[in-house]
Amino acid sequence: MEKYINNYVIVTIFILLGILLPVVALTVGRLLRPNKPTEEKKTTYESGNEPVGDGQIRFNVRYYLFALMFVIFDIETVFLYPWAVAYKQLGLFILVEMAIFVGLLLIGLIYAWKKKVLKWNSI
Amino acid sequence: MGSWLDETLTWGNTLIFALWGIILLVLVLGFVTYAIYFERKVIGWMQLRIGPNRVGPLGLLQTVADITKLLIKEDTIPRKADRVLFILAPALAYVPAFGVLAVIPYTNELYFADINVGLLYYVALSGITTIAIVLGGWASNNKYALLGGMRSAAQMISYEVPLVISVVGVIMVSGTMNLRSIGEQQGDWFWQWNFLPQIIGFVVFIIAAVSELNRTPFDLPEAESELVAGYHVEYSGFRFAFFMLTEYVYVYAIAALTTVLFLGGWHAPLAFLDFVPGIIWFLLKFAFIVFFLFWLRATMPRIRIDQLMGMGWKVLLPLAILNVFITAVYLELFIKG
Repeated sequence: MEKYINNYVIVTIFILLGILLPVVALTVGRLLRPNKPTEEKKTTYESGNEPVGDGQIRFNVRYYLFALMFVIFDIETVFLYPWAVAYKQLGLFILVEMAIFVGLLLIGLIYAWKKKVLKWNSI
Repeated sequence: MGSWLDETLTWGNTLIFALWGIILLVLVLGFVTYAIYFERKVIGWMQLRIGPNRVGPLGLLQTVADITKLLIKEDTIPRKADRVLFILAPALAYVPAFGVLAVIPYTNELYFADINVGLLYYVALSGITTIAIVLGGWASNNKYALLGGMRSAAQMISYEVPLVISVVGVIMVSGTMNLRSIGEQQGDWFWQWNFLPQIIGFVVFIIAAVSELNRTPFDLPEAESELVAGYHVEYSGFRFAFFMLTEYVYVYAIAALTTVLFLGGWHAPLAFLDFVPGIIWFLLKFAFIVFFLFWLRATMPRIRIDQLMGMGWKVLLPLAILNVFITAVYLELFIKG
């Protein structure tokens, strides 16, 4: 039990240190760096031209499809990990079970493939 | 670390853990400084140049000078940018990069957190960096940055899937997600390490890892020739440095993870060489992988984006799943029962 708590204390310390470094570095940096903002400096960079319009434009819907595929397959891995840990202790049944599950997802992948979701044709 | 982990938690012990954490932080920062130096030097030699040689003896202080320059450089935030998210993004990118180092063991005795879900923790936390990159691209309110950020996100999520599935084979063989026991279970001969039995998983893992690191040949998010600099165009000074730092901390993390998962961790390649301490073997393998990444950068041209996405989903993902089932059938036929 002690070991369990201690391990997670270390994890917390690492995450806190991870937060602390940017905070400290940027605060120290604020004391060291000059700050002379002008209007020109604050314009959006567009290769030297006057920026046209807004930067937060609509982007291609394809990114959304990739995000959907990612969610589906990441869920798969959530199921695969505990299955893989316990695999040696479980019977043949569990292999068939996972084959059916992954098989269904692979049909989904083939469907997306045929629908040309994976084809990249513009930016 | 082992002995402290078994004791009851006191403030003194917490302080010791914090000190160890700080020591690792300093070591990692040192690693990053000299990894950048060696990257420039090695690529210089490979291209028949000298590389950095002006600042300090042999140019050893070049990166230190670069970091100092970034620290005292003016920090501009564009007027149109979303200030809060713009400031948050570099820190959010860095936190998980350092957080994942908590679970990496160096030898059987030298490790930090020894948690049973170590590998899952690594995978889960490293995914957060993707959010930071999209956030940085979006908050800049710049077209190049947005495109770079979206591309980067698309690439990272596409390659994260084969990356996490390719290690399932290793988990099955080891029967645990605890990185220390995965390392310990590999034998003292190099053919007992996971990379030969899990060769498909290993190859998929390496390719997907290089892509996750956004390094050549998969460095499209920062393709200078087409996207100016990708998601960090608008970042200057130390905020920019944090994105770079994140990248190199991940190089450290992935190199260490590959060593532990596939290259036998701290084991000697030949059993009669085990008089050499484990940490030396670990560092040698680790250094080799870091060198391999630099070598790749000097050798490979950049891949096209359609080829990149196609490869992730059409080649690596099916291969990774195939590897899981080959491992499953192998364990079913020869190990179980």
